[in-house]
Amino acid sequence: MAGETGPGGRRLARHAMLIEDEPHIAEAIRFLLTRDGWQVTALADGGAAERALRTARPDLLILDVMLPGRSGLEILSAVRADPDMAELPVMMLTAKGQGRDREAAERAGADLFMAKPFSNAEFVAAARSLVET
Amino acid sequence: MALNELTGTRVRERRLALGLRQADVARAAGISASYLNLIEHNRRRITGEALDRLAQALGVETGALEAGAAGVLAGALREAAREPGGEGAELDRLEEFIGRYPGWAGLTAGLQQRVGQLERAVAALNDRIAHDPHLGAALHEVLSAVSSVRSTAGILAETEDIEPEWRARFHANLYQDSERLARGAEALVAYLEGAEQDTTIRTGTPEEEVDLWMAARGWDLQGLGGEALAELGSEAARELAQDQIRLAEADARALPEGPFRSALADLQGDPVQVAARFGAGVVAVMRRMATLPEAPEGVVVCDGAGALTFRKPAAGFRPPRFGAACALWPLFTALARPFQPIEAVVELAERTGEWFRVRAFCETGHPGGFSGVEVRQAAMILTPLQAGRGPGAAGPVLRIGPTCRICPEATCPARRERSILGGT
Repeated sequence: MAGETGPGGRRLARHAMLIEDEPHIAEAIRFLLTRDGWQVTALADGGAAERALRTARPDLLILDVMLPGRSGLEILSAVRADPDMAELPVMMLTAKGQGRDREAAERAGADLFMAKPFSNAEFVAAARSLVET
Repeated sequence: MALNELTGTRVRERRLALGLRQADVARAAGISASYLNLIEHNRRRITGEALDRLAQALGVETGALEAGAAGVLAGALREAAREPGGEGAELDRLEEFIGRYPGWAGLTAGLQQRVGQLERAVAALNDRIAHDPHLGAALHEVLSAVSSVRSTAGILAETEDIEPEWRARFHANLYQDSERLARGAEALVAYLEGAEQDTTIRTGTPEEEVDLWMAARGWDLQGLGGEALAELGSEAARELAQDQIRLAEADARALPEGPFRSALADLQGDPVQVAARFGAGVVAVMRRMATLPEAPEGVVVCDGAGALTFRKPAAGFRPPRFGAACALWPLFTALARPFQPIEAVVELAERTGEWFRVRAFCETGHPGGFSGVEVRQAAMILTPLQAGRGPGAAGPVLRIGPTCRICPEATCPARRERSILGGT
């Protein structure tokens, strides 16, 4: 669906995949991005993430660092190791003050960090900046 | 070589030679197995009656277990030589060193022991803060709830044309998150209070040790002597405790319990009027009020630099053990205005819905007369107001914290350092 184009050749909907175990945060992000014209797929568990990623082929991956099942860092490493997804933009959600997590995610190849709690406008702008070239 | 044999090593060797288990020997000697283990590894010293009982349990004379003073000294000095930088120490001339310079040897051994204590204290504190899973989990929980609240509230405030179903859903989310936040905050406060009360790590300052020691006695220090003092681990702590005993006894002599209680009843507990009736100091009256048996009041006393010299907690009010207290305490208002009674109703920043009536007073003394310095002392007494009844018509409520580090008040204009409770 991500590749669909509308009249004038513009993409109809950019597709974001969100992997976040906090249901209320996931709901808020889904609302914000949908309003901004995104199509959003949300997963609450890290375990199923990779298979879902290969099937859905999103334009952007939003990944929480702390996840049940499989940690955000492990998923990020797997994504970067897969030649098909090596270029996928990844936004990591970290908690403020988790300096060590952030360093590790930087090494693993995250494109952008968003510290919780974040401002909604900043979040939407960051998501856009990762897919607009 | 007898010089190297420490008491613990001798105890261990004797026990193993008899084929006895630590637990059995410990029971026979009336000490705990873990304590015996520390003794056997020369990490605790054992003397006097306990050593006699241990000797009996092992079927030997006490003298056979006692390490000579020189043995203890030599052990500590060998330990010191193992520290980085100790390579140059002439271990082969250790006996000569102890023999010729017993004072220097004793000092080096004492410093070595102190370094060990401090290293353990630092490790314990570091561990507690950086790697404590409970603290980490509690903070993560609060942070998650705050993130959700911020986003959800932002959506509700900024989206004008939000569909009613979404609005209802976000309102429900907000409500749930607020409950989660309240629970998280409670868990954090409980954790921090628990950490304050934790007495298992006896590594703190002498002041801390004396505070715990006084709390264990319900702040009733009159007539305490050698036996109670022996519970304290350091000479510095014993000296401090002795000062506190003298102070409590002087307070009790100046303000005998019976007449003092009737004066409190007659004068509605006004410390200034009670002090006038007895010709006593207001600081002494406040300290006495809060340390009467079963008194619900808390009290803190500080010196001219604002350092707390006496603290008795009240329900919900826990003065910090180290570092400076909250700058908004009426105590410090009083400190700057000697002999002026300062009164306020306060709410503790971390516990909404609990109020205290607070009275503070500062006195100055001139122990050196006209040519001497001024010595300033202030006290603040906190009387809990009935829970749930509110501050009533007592005027504006002042919100105070314990100390910045564990205070959640984000917008406090008097904040001095960041709080570990938030990411701001």
